[in-house]
Amino acid sequence: MSLSVHSIETLGALDGPGIRTVVFLQGCPLRCGYCHNPDTWSYEAGKMMTEDELFRRILRMKPYFKDSGGVTFSGGEPLRQATALVSLMHRLKGEGIHMVIDTSGAVWSQAVDEAVHLADLILLDIKHTNAEAFYQLTGGQLEQVLAFLDVLKRDAIHYWIRQVIIPGITDSKVQIEQLAKLTASSSRERIELLPFHKMGMAKWEKLSMPCPLADVAPMSAAVIEQLQTHLSSI
Amino acid sequence: MAWTGFVKGNWCETIDVQNFIAINRTPYIGDQSFLEASTARTDKLMAYFNTLKKEEAKRGGVLDIDTERVSSLLSYPKGMIEGHDEIIVGLQTDQPLKRGVNPFGGIRMARQACEAYGYQLSDTVEEHFKYKTTHNEGVFRVYSDEIRAMRKAGVITGLPDAYGRGRVIGDYRRIALYGIDYLIESKHEDKNRIANGPMLQHTIQLSEELYKQIDFLKKLKAMAAEYGHDIGRPAIDTVEAVQWTYYGYLAGIKEQNGAAMSLGRVSTFIDIYAERDLAAGRYDEKAIQEIIDDFVIKLRMARQLRTPDYNELFAGDPLWVTEAIGGMGLDGKTLVTKTSFRFLHTLTNLGPAPEPNMTVLWSNDLPEGFKKYCAELSILTDAIQYENDDLMRPLYGDDYGIACCVSAMKIGKDMQFFGARSNLPKTFSIALNGGYDTMTAMQIGPAMQVMDDEVLDFDKVWERLDTYLEWLCDKYVNTMNIIHFMHDKYAYEKTQMALHDTEVHRYMAFGIAGLSVLADSLSSIKYASVRPIKNAQGYITDYEVTGDFPKYGNDLDEVDSIAVALTDSFIEKLKKHETYRQAEHTVSILTITSNVVYGIKTDNTPDGRRKGMPFAPGANPMHGRDKNGALASLNSVAKLSFDSCRDGISCTFSITPHTLGTAIDTQSGNLVNIMDGYFGQQAHHLNVNVLNREKLVDAMENPDKYPNLTIRVSGYAVNFNQLSRRQQEEVIQRTYHEQL
Repeated sequence: MSLSVHSIETLGALDGPGIRTVVFLQGCPLRCGYCHNPDTWSYEAGKMMTEDELFRRILRMKPYFKDSGGVTFSGGEPLRQATALVSLMHRLKGEGIHMVIDTSGAVWSQAVDEAVHLADLILLDIKHTNAEAFYQLTGGQLEQVLAFLDVLKRDAIHYWIRQVIIPGITDSKVQIEQLAKLTASSSRERIELLPFHKMGMAKWEKLSMPCPLADVAPMSAAVIEQLQTHLSSI
Repeated sequence: MAWTGFVKGNWCETIDVQNFIAINRTPYIGDQSFLEASTARTDKLMAYFNTLKKEEAKRGGVLDIDTERVSSLLSYPKGMIEGHDEIIVGLQTDQPLKRGVNPFGGIRMARQACEAYGYQLSDTVEEHFKYKTTHNEGVFRVYSDEIRAMRKAGVITGLPDAYGRGRVIGDYRRIALYGIDYLIESKHEDKNRIANGPMLQHTIQLSEELYKQIDFLKKLKAMAAEYGHDIGRPAIDTVEAVQWTYYGYLAGIKEQNGAAMSLGRVSTFIDIYAERDLAAGRYDEKAIQEIIDDFVIKLRMARQLRTPDYNELFAGDPLWVTEAIGGMGLDGKTLVTKTSFRFLHTLTNLGPAPEPNMTVLWSNDLPEGFKKYCAELSILTDAIQYENDDLMRPLYGDDYGIACCVSAMKIGKDMQFFGARSNLPKTFSIALNGGYDTMTAMQIGPAMQVMDDEVLDFDKVWERLDTYLEWLCDKYVNTMNIIHFMHDKYAYEKTQMALHDTEVHRYMAFGIAGLSVLADSLSSIKYASVRPIKNAQGYITDYEVTGDFPKYGNDLDEVDSIAVALTDSFIEKLKKHETYRQAEHTVSILTITSNVVYGIKTDNTPDGRRKGMPFAPGANPMHGRDKNGALASLNSVAKLSFDSCRDGISCTFSITPHTLGTAIDTQSGNLVNIMDGYFGQQAHHLNVNVLNREKLVDAMENPDKYPNLTIRVSGYAVNFNQLSRRQQEEVIQRTYHEQL
């Protein structure tokens, strides 16, 4: 089986614990206005790589994983290619590779269900906690994401919650409290607040697409820190 | 009394510092929490040193030159830093940072160096050298026309034929452990023993060298006596152990203006004295750290007088005061001691600096606390390089040092004939053009037809390249034999060799520049379609490349195997030729900063590099071609075989702090894992820079904002401000591994 791949980053230290090989898979059902990788939206635009090739490339990085690192499947929405992914994940599991899926939780199928249960950790990016605002921002349904989250909670699958903090859209204390409350369970390991940045703007321009959030200022690191502190005090 | 409390062993019977360390050291497996801050005295001295450095920079990089005397052990009256308490004493000349003149490598270089900074070499020195043959003169008496042409065109450059070869590490510790008198006595014994055998060319040569060694050991003793120290006897405590060791090093740099003057591996040796004194209550931790801080200040003050041309090759005024730190013992216990930490801690107490060249010998088995501490310091200072102890220990034992950047040698037992490097991409162009160099418009190599295929065929190109590599290696060995014969004859390292065993093992260290350029060029011919473009005279000066090809630095065997094959073939070809003094051939992939100059001398290459553009440094992938992140890039480098490149494989790695993680603790943990993973694959060397490109761009425009910005370049660290604009630009163009 083959997967449509955007790129591979062999030194990822930001998407999951330890040193990670991050495989960016191509294709996404959402259309987030602040997406910093709009070039990963289309499934067709990726480079087809066989499962063997990907398996081999990931294994080459095993010496760096030690007791904490591993592979992270990101995207795009990696679970859009869940069927092929599950097959690859079974082989990686056999090699004892720690696996993380970085997802929006916006797709579901039997293969997705299997992939989520094969993973050691899920990074679930909740774009917004209000259904209407969620739709406005992403074009997707919050309901679907919450159903996804329920599976994680029900089956005690370890997960981190992430949210991109955008000025005027997701940056209030109330919203952060709401996020914490909505996602709480014993298998949640942490909440990461990521600052909205504009380093992806060039990609929008390259694709000749107007970015709906082009006029929004980047999020200040200081506010993120305040919110993160506020979170730990809840 | 000097040896009271030490465990006795073979070291008491004969000169055997390795044995002394092995059975007396106290391995330390804890963290850095015991370390002490600098004292007020140290801060005061350091502040004064910083003022001097500022003044030095203001005067164009040289504070002062003594043009009246020729630098040697006893040329200058004793030098003290006025108005300051010094714990460790001894300056190269009579004043701090004042440079001496050392014309033994070549009088012309010495003259030019003086003139470059607005001085004139005195008539006394000029007159004196009228009647002396220098190393440089000796070499040029013998160089053939062909060697001269190869040198001029830059096929082989940076050769130590007009300056001191350096790369010799005296075992300075012997002075502390045994005292000079015993060392002299033992050299006399060796000389008598040799006199009893047949007197032939090599024994006569060695015998005369021993005469010089003994003479200079006596001078070394006299030099120390001027400072009021009797180093005829062994050192009795930590201060003396450091002082005696430093006198040896100081004598070495007074006598020789060598390209790289390493310190060796002294920290764990010193630690044995420190442990004894701490146990006896003679010193406390603060005092021990103060001694080390003072020692390091002295090492940072070391200077040599060099020409601007020389600085192009070796930028930033480096001396390579390389100190090898850490590693594991052959007994399975670590060689990390508290003084390993104390040495590194000077980067905090005195601020980051390029010298001494801190080189951590990395092993998977190093104590975790030490690994973590090194990684943290790397992140904070960018001043440390790492080399694979697990790879070197089986070959060199557990008492080797690093000469210059990456050259391992057993301390006091091995020496090296340094040979700079050959330009492989240029050799490639010359090969395709049948021995003709398009850059200088000269026929340099054996004449053959210019390759006339419409589209280059990989097998034919490889065969052609092979022919010219045979030619290159033949001439390269000849050149090196001439250089080192003459260096031994006219500029022999008397002090440093006196601090070696009499019978030493010699390496002859050849080098490669432009490996990644050539590997990618050959990959383009193999996997894409390459049409040569000829100039009006019918020589190939450019290429039209159609299609994509795998590039070195992405962990792709298709191209990485080409780089491996090139290095394997290079050493094999060198070994066909006999060397002076039966030296063992070795190869390094290291460019220092000469990757910029080599690029200037090289025409377009089919990898897409344009004429005159810099090569990547050392064994690095070309700038920006490593597209799959840092670890894929490191994996490519790790494939090069240390067996073929025993003089070292240098890799410089730059990453932004954020890419390593958000908190410093995560960052250092990740950096440790990167090094464990890289060295676990038999890789040899890694320079670690953790910084943002923007910072360097800003520093280029506003140097005053960053007086102490230190970065690792290629086997050594430099103060960024001391690089030329062109070199700064090259450093900024390198790949900075970054994840947003």
